[in-house]
Amino acid sequence: MKDSTRTYGLFGLVVVLILATGFLQSWNSALLILNMGLISAIMALGVNLQWGFAGLFNVGIMGFAALGGLATVLISMPPVPEAWTAGGPRVLLGIVIGASTLSAAIWGYKRLPAGPTRPLGLMLFLVIGFFIFRWVFDPGVKAVEAINPAGTGYLGGLGLPVLFAWPLGGLLAAGAAWVIGKTALGLRSDYLAIATLGIAEIIVAMMKNEDWLARGVKNVTGIPRPVPYEVTLQNNVSFTNSAQSLGLDPVVASSLYVKLSYSILFSVVLLVLLWLAQRALKSPWGRMMRAIRDNEVAAEAMGKNVTARHLQVFILGSAICGIAGAMMTTLDGQLTPGSYQPIRYTFLIWVMVIVGGSGNNLGAVLGGFVIWFFWVQVEPIGQLLMTVATMGLDDSNPLKLHLLDSVAHMRLLTMGLILLLVLRFSPRGLLPEK
Amino acid sequence: MDFLNAIVALCNYVIVPGVTYGSQLALGALGVTLIYSILRFSNFAHGDTMAFGATVTILVTWFFQANGIGLGPLPTALLALPFGILGCIALVLLTDRMVYRFYRAQKAKPVILVIVSMGVMFIMNGLVRFILGPGNRTITDGERFIISAREFKAMTGLREGLALKTTQGITVITAVVVVVALFWFLNKTRTGKSMRAYSDNEDLALLSGINPERVVMVTWLIVASLATVAGVLYGLDKSFKPFTYMLLLLPIFASAIVGGLGSPVGAIAGGFLIAFSEVTITYAWKKVLVYALPKPLEPTGLVQLLSTDYKYAVSFSLLVLVLLFRPTGLFRGKSV
Repeated sequence: MKDSTRTYGLFGLVVVLILATGFLQSWNSALLILNMGLISAIMALGVNLQWGFAGLFNVGIMGFAALGGLATVLISMPPVPEAWTAGGPRVLLGIVIGASTLSAAIWGYKRLPAGPTRPLGLMLFLVIGFFIFRWVFDPGVKAVEAINPAGTGYLGGLGLPVLFAWPLGGLLAAGAAWVIGKTALGLRSDYLAIATLGIAEIIVAMMKNEDWLARGVKNVTGIPRPVPYEVTLQNNVSFTNSAQSLGLDPVVASSLYVKLSYSILFSVVLLVLLWLAQRALKSPWGRMMRAIRDNEVAAEAMGKNVTARHLQVFILGSAICGIAGAMMTTLDGQLTPGSYQPIRYTFLIWVMVIVGGSGNNLGAVLGGFVIWFFWVQVEPIGQLLMTVATMGLDDSNPLKLHLLDSVAHMRLLTMGLILLLVLRFSPRGLLPEK
Repeated sequence: MDFLNAIVALCNYVIVPGVTYGSQLALGALGVTLIYSILRFSNFAHGDTMAFGATVTILVTWFFQANGIGLGPLPTALLALPFGILGCIALVLLTDRMVYRFYRAQKAKPVILVIVSMGVMFIMNGLVRFILGPGNRTITDGERFIISAREFKAMTGLREGLALKTTQGITVITAVVVVVALFWFLNKTRTGKSMRAYSDNEDLALLSGINPERVVMVTWLIVASLATVAGVLYGLDKSFKPFTYMLLLLPIFASAIVGGLGSPVGAIAGGFLIAFSEVTITYAWKKVLVYALPKPLEPTGLVQLLSTDYKYAVSFSLLVLVLLFRPTGLFRGKSV
C-alpha cells in the first residue's frame, strides 16, 4: 500500500508540474514537454530493461535512437525514381557484395583449419572484397547523389505511412544491438559500455556522411505525419467552428489538436510497452534475468546460459530505444543527423533511469518525465537565479555578462549533480525496485 | 617514379601527423590505463579531465599573454602548463574525496563506478563550458613552424614540401619526456613500486603495509598531470573545443584496450597503433602513389579507403577485432 501511494503521489506530481507549465507558461510548451516526456519514458523503459533487469551498461542509446530516425525516412518519404534508375541497383548490389564478403569471411574463419594461412587468406579475401565493393558501390552513390542534390540527392523511402517506421526502427536497432552484443557480451562489463559508445558514434557518422541514404547533413525535412497538419485543420470549417465554440483561436487550437493527437499516439505505445515490460518482469523469464543480474555464477550453475540471455535482453532494450527514436523523428518531422549528441541522447536517458529507480519499470517512466521536465525548465530557472544573483553588478560588468551567457550550460552541471546525488544518497531511485 | 618525393609526401601527410596524434592518444590512454589498474574502473570522465586541465591552462595562458610574458618562439601555453596541471590536480582530488572515495569504501561494483564517472563527466563538461563556452579557442602563439613547406623545398629542391609545425615537435618531445619520467617513477621509486604492487594484488599489497589511500592519491596526481598534458598538446596541435574531448574518449579507450587495459606499455603501443590506422586508412593516397608508381599504374581516384569522417570507425573496428580475438589486448592486460 505504501509503495503504491508513493507511486501515485510522484506521478501526480508530474501531472501537476505539466499542468503548472500549461497555466504559467503556455499549453503549447506543456504539451511539448508531455510529448517528449512520453518518448523519453519509452527510451528509459528500454534502458531499464537492460540495466534494471540484467545489469547491462549501454551507452549507445544515441545510436539506436538515430537508427529509429533513419527508419522514418526509409519508410515514409516518397521514393525518388530518377535516383533509383540512376544508381539504385548498383548501390544495392554493392551492399550485397559487402555483406556477403563479410559473412563469407566469418564463415571461412569458422570452417578453415587454424594456422598461418587462415588469417592471411582471410585478410586477402577481405581486401579484395572491399575493393570490389567500392568499385561497384561508389559510382552508384555518385549517380544517386547527382540527381537534384539541392532537393533530393538520395534514394528516398518507400512512401508508406509513417507509423510503419516505428517497428522498423526497432528492428534496425535490434540488428545493431545483435552485432554489438555478439562482440562485447560475455566480456568485462565495461567493454560493452565502450563498444556501445563506439557503435553510436559510427551510426551517427554514417548518417551524416551517406547522403544517398538519408541526405546526410543536408537533413530530410517534411517527413509525412501520422496526424493532420495545422493548416488543413484551420481550413476545415467544422474544426474552426468547434474551436470558436470552445472560445479558442483556431490557430492555437489547431496546434494544440496536433500535439494532443501525438500525445495520444505516444501514450498508447508507452502503455503497451509498459504492460509488456511489467509482464516480463513478473514472469519466470524476469525472475531468471534478475537471478542472473544478482549472481551470474549461481545462475550459470543452475544451467542458465548467461551470455545468451544477456544478448536477448540487450536486443530487446535496444529495439525499444529504436522505436522511441523513430517516434521522436516523427514528432520533429525532420531528420537532422547533426543534432544527435551523446549528452542529450545517451547520458540524459541514463540520468532518467537512475533517478527514476532502476529495476522498476514505473520508476523508469517516472524518471523519463521528471528529468525531461527539469531538462527543459532548468534554463528558465537558471536564467532567473543568475539574474537575481548578479543583480548587484553593473549591466556592463564582464562577469555578469559571462554568467548570464553561460546559463545554457547550467543544464549539464545540474544533471551531473542530480545523478551523483541520487547515486550517493538514494541509489535505488525515486521508485525503488520491489 | 620519384621515390624521394613520395617519401617526403608520406612523411608530411602520414608519418608526422600519425606520430603527433599517436603521442596524444598514448598520453590519454596511459591515464585511462592507470585508473583502471589502481582504481579498477573505466573512467568515462577522462576526456573531460583533459578538457578541464586544458581550460585552466588556457586561462593562465591568456593571463600571461595579456601581461606580455612569453617563451619567445615557443607557445606561451607551455609556461602555463604547470598551472593547468595544478588546477586539474585540485579538481581531481576534490572529486575523489567527494565522489569516488565513498564507493571505494563500499567496494562497489566496477560498473557502478563507471556510472559515477559518467556523472563526474557531466559536471566537468558543464564546468568547462561554463568557463570557456562551447566555442573554438586557439591559444597557439610563437613560431608556427620548425620547418615550413616552402623552406624545405628551397633547402632540398624537391617538389614536395615537408612541414613540421612547432606544436608537433613539442607534442612528441613532451610525450617522450613524460613517458620516460612515468616509467622511471613506476619502476624505480618506492611509491611507483607500491603502485604496481597494489595493481597486481590488492590484498597482498595491503598486507605488506602499503597505504591504499596514498596509492590512490598518487595515481590521481599522475593521471591529472597526464590528462592535462595530453589535453593541452591536443588543444595546441588542433584547436580547443570542449566537446571534441568527449569524442576523443573512444580512440583513447580503444588504444588502452587494444594495448591491454592496465598495461602502460600497451597503452603507448595502442595509442600509436590506433593513430596510424586512423591516419593511413582515412588518408587519400593519390599523391604518394603518383610519385611512387610508374606512369601507367598511376591511380585516377583519390585512393582513400574511408572518408575522414569515419576515423572513429577505424578505432572501433580495431577495438572489436581485439575484443573478439584477444580480449586481454596485445600486451596481456589485466582481465577479460
